Amino acid sequence: MVSGKLVKRLTNDQLTNDQIIEKMSRPKHTEYKTPTHIDDYPTGPQYEAGFLPEKNAGWRTFKPVVNHDECIYCLRCYLLCPDGTIMKDNGKIKIDMDYCKGCGVCAHECPKDAIEMVKE
Amino acid sequence: MTKVLDIPKVNAKNMTEKEFFYGHKACAGCGGSIAVRLALKVLGERTYSALPAGCMSAVGFIYPQMAFNSNAIITTFPGSASMAAGIAAGAKALGQKDFKTVVFAGDGGTADIGFQALSGMIDRNDDVLYICYDNEAYMNTGIQKSGLTPYGTKTTTTPAGQNIPGTITHKKNLFEIIAAHDIAYAATASIGYPQDFINKVNKAKHVKGATFIHVYASCPTGWGTPTETSVEIAKDAVDAGLIFLAEYEDGEYKLNRNPKEFKSVEEYLKKQGRFKHMSDADIQCVIENRDKKWERMRKNWL
Repeated sequence: MVSGKLVKRLTNDQLTNDQIIEKMSRPKHTEYKTPTHIDDYPTGPQYEAGFLPEKNAGWRTFKPVVNHDECIYCLRCYLLCPDGTIMKDNGKIKIDMDYCKGCGVCAHECPKDAIEMVKE
Repeated sequence: MTKVLDIPKVNAKNMTEKEFFYGHKACAGCGGSIAVRLALKVLGERTYSALPAGCMSAVGFIYPQMAFNSNAIITTFPGSASMAAGIAAGAKALGQKDFKTVVFAGDGGTADIGFQALSGMIDRNDDVLYICYDNEAYMNTGIQKSGLTPYGTKTTTTPAGQNIPGTITHKKNLFEIIAAHDIAYAATASIGYPQDFINKVNKAKHVKGATFIHVYASCPTGWGTPTETSVEIAKDAVDAGLIFLAEYEDGEYKLNRNPKEFKSVEEYLKKQGRFKHMSDADIQCVIENRDKKWERMRKNWL
């Protein structure tokens, strides 16, 4: 998670994809290192909240592509994405492709058909 | 009790942009994960989640990943409500005030296995919101019949054949069973109507005491539907009258949606692999049961 100060300093046009993900408070992909010492293991039966060593992008056969000219920013896709990969980005929607599973709910539910499922 | 007008409204535009259920391993198009994700977004960061064995605990806690971005724990299968009650009591003893304890249990974990703990929790009026995401069978273990599986469903324990049309019992009337405890707030919802579900979670968040939401969540894997139609199917179930949207508050039932005409039940059933085998007589049985229920609801709840 990122502090409020850092978010304030950066304007939206300067942000890279990673920074936008950080700003939206989505947990980021974390590299998993095989523990070599007993101290490397977490204290409880789990790692800390939002520890994500694996991406879900490999599940995908079709990927959603947004046509921003058609999009009316109704945020229905944002509400209904089962994985929460759709984020608001300065009046546009943006998709985190690392965790999109390509289920197609966003494209199917879009009232303007602004999202198209394209084969990877 | 907090008045409805005092509760700040939550919608897609103003809800928190933080994700509390992210990077999980649920099947593509999972309806249960939509329900959990939206509920956690409404409840906010200061939330303790308790999840019994079920899809959402299986996909969220795969070691070493941790898909929950707020406090979450896997509970025993029959004891999720009592563990949540303990969490609420522990947080209260620590002097915490701005928190909410929530349970996300499947239909089996609520209506069958976890029922006695849930009943006790409502009886003691512990400050816990219990959300049952209902995908109408034990999906996590490979589609076995539960108490909330509707008539005619093909599951691995009720296979459809020449002698029986799959499940031969009707869905348990969970909402009214819960309301009969004289609970402070109970509601039914569907992920096909997300704003309605958000409003109900938001309302339950501001109620002190035991609250219950029964949300209908589709399951593409168990139902034999394409992944992209999972929200559409959940909406169709409401439009066809097989699922109703209602609330129970202050001892009164309220029907939120009373359509003049229902959509075709047959169309809804034939979209799904689990109902494909059903004969016209079976479909008629489903329709008759629906009409009987709606007649009673319209008479008593309006």
